[in-house]
Amino acid sequence: MSIDKDTVKRVARLARLSVTEEEAENLKGELNSILDWVEMLNEVDVNNVVPMTAVVDQEMKKRDDVISDGHYADRVVANAPMSEDNFFMVPKVIE
Amino acid sequence: MTDLTALTIAEARDGLAKKEFTATELTQSYLSAIDAADALNAYIIKTPEKALEMAKTSDARIAKGEAGALEGIPLGIKDLYCTKGVGAQACSHILDKFTPEYESTVTQNLWDDGAVMLGKLNMDEFAMGSANETSYFGPVKNPWRATGEDIDRVPGGSSGGSAAAVAARICAAATASDTGGSIRQPAAFTGTVGMKPTYGRCSRWGMIAFASSLDQAGPITRTVRDSAILMKSMASVDAKDTTSVNLPVPDYEAALTGDIRGMRIGIPKEYRVDGMPAEVDACWQQGIDWLKAAGAEIVDISLPMTKYALPAYYIVAPAEASSNLARYDGVKYGLRVPGDDIVDMYEKTRAAGFGSEVKRRILIGTYVLSAGYYDAYYLRAQKIRTLIKQDFEKAFESVDTILTPATPSAAFELGREVTDPVQNYLNDIFTVTVNMAGLPGIAVPAGKSAEGLPMGLQLIGKAFDEETLFRAAGVLEDAAGIMEAPAKWW
Repeated sequence: MSIDKDTVKRVARLARLSVTEEEAENLKGELNSILDWVEMLNEVDVNNVVPMTAVVDQEMKKRDDVISDGHYADRVVANAPMSEDNFFMVPKVIE
Repeated sequence: MTDLTALTIAEARDGLAKKEFTATELTQSYLSAIDAADALNAYIIKTPEKALEMAKTSDARIAKGEAGALEGIPLGIKDLYCTKGVGAQACSHILDKFTPEYESTVTQNLWDDGAVMLGKLNMDEFAMGSANETSYFGPVKNPWRATGEDIDRVPGGSSGGSAAAVAARICAAATASDTGGSIRQPAAFTGTVGMKPTYGRCSRWGMIAFASSLDQAGPITRTVRDSAILMKSMASVDAKDTTSVNLPVPDYEAALTGDIRGMRIGIPKEYRVDGMPAEVDACWQQGIDWLKAAGAEIVDISLPMTKYALPAYYIVAPAEASSNLARYDGVKYGLRVPGDDIVDMYEKTRAAGFGSEVKRRILIGTYVLSAGYYDAYYLRAQKIRTLIKQDFEKAFESVDTILTPATPSAAFELGREVTDPVQNYLNDIFTVTVNMAGLPGIAVPAGKSAEGLPMGLQLIGKAFDEETLFRAAGVLEDAAGIMEAPAKWW
């Protein structure tokens, strides 16, 4: 499987990462070299193999569905590049 | 007074208890050493005021007879850990000036036991790298140089700042993290001890995520005993991390009996890879001889899935990274680059904020998770993880621990030209299987290369059997001798 420059640009779009034409060209080569290398995984018969999900079988821990902390909106937005009245500020989304 | 930075954690602990010096004096010694070591670029944030304040509190607690397990011990913290009120940005431009409002569980455990924070340590950006050359703050220099040379070597990565700082005696020990070898590989390159515990042993809460099913916290220290001491404090069961495993944390230091008579040590034939330098092989053989001489039984074993671990890792890790790093969009924290609309802002922010290795992995990860490829790549890789884990389970039916080299070479030169990313990834060839299977592994200094650079051996253990690893690692250390400090050139 080999990916072309348009695929690189499409994937970059999905990843919300702008790339220049030149970057896309370089990335095409690098990504293909990684994908060529991982091709060797196709040698392994994985029929009837269950994908690994945990090192130790244990029941997933669940928290009680209650508010255990909160009421500190100012701390939540403390690191925001732009905020106002404890809201995150973003460019206009709806016309 | 003798140089207090020469003391191990165990020695400093005893000296503090006997009132031979104060925590403040100990901390002050490290602060001076740190200021004299800027050439290494190991610290990206120094916190001297905080360190002295914590040391003062430690002195008060020691005076009252209320000393904790790490009371007054000055530590460096990898920039991957969120530390309340002190910057944390995983050495990425995209987390510019991020100052956490909360403390990671691991660091909180350390402070609760009385440890002192000296500052934040340099690392590969988002822990992606094996040479500490991808950091936004520039590369760290290995305090070790080849005999008679003045060429800079890499300290390994991603915990390169942690490893270099411990080797250079500018912290008593450091926290680190290991996703594919990021504790053990830099430990081997710097002549330090690096322990990656079983996945689930340490809480990941408050650690900036790279690949959630692989990331695990651990210590880098000068000795095996120090590793056991620090590990005991770092490990805990944590309700805030669903993958934290509910098992009691043993007293690892008590496991260092020095007695490995009858212990069965596995030697996997698949770790004898093509093109491996003869001195790596010789170092491994030396380790085998030492363990045998101490009464262990050497058993040849096979781990047939070994060759597939690294390519499978380079699907799983980027896939999870692409998902974890989706949160960096210029809205909630860190860098923001203005754009024509919100999507343009996201794309420009992420393009400016991430370095090239991180971008490469996000794109690979996005590709393998994209429509039509999930089964072919991610699911297949997770199935291969099951087979890797089964290899180990089978091996551990006949052995107690496994001995391998830690890295395929000693530390290489900083700034060497590499055009193929796969070439860089091969650094983790001996360490990555352990993360894929979720097992514990420890790297211990075992000698020096012909060029005079440290070389390490790795012991791999059963899940949650860190005690056996510490015991065997202690025997290796006794045989090899504790690694001396590198000759100071900085």
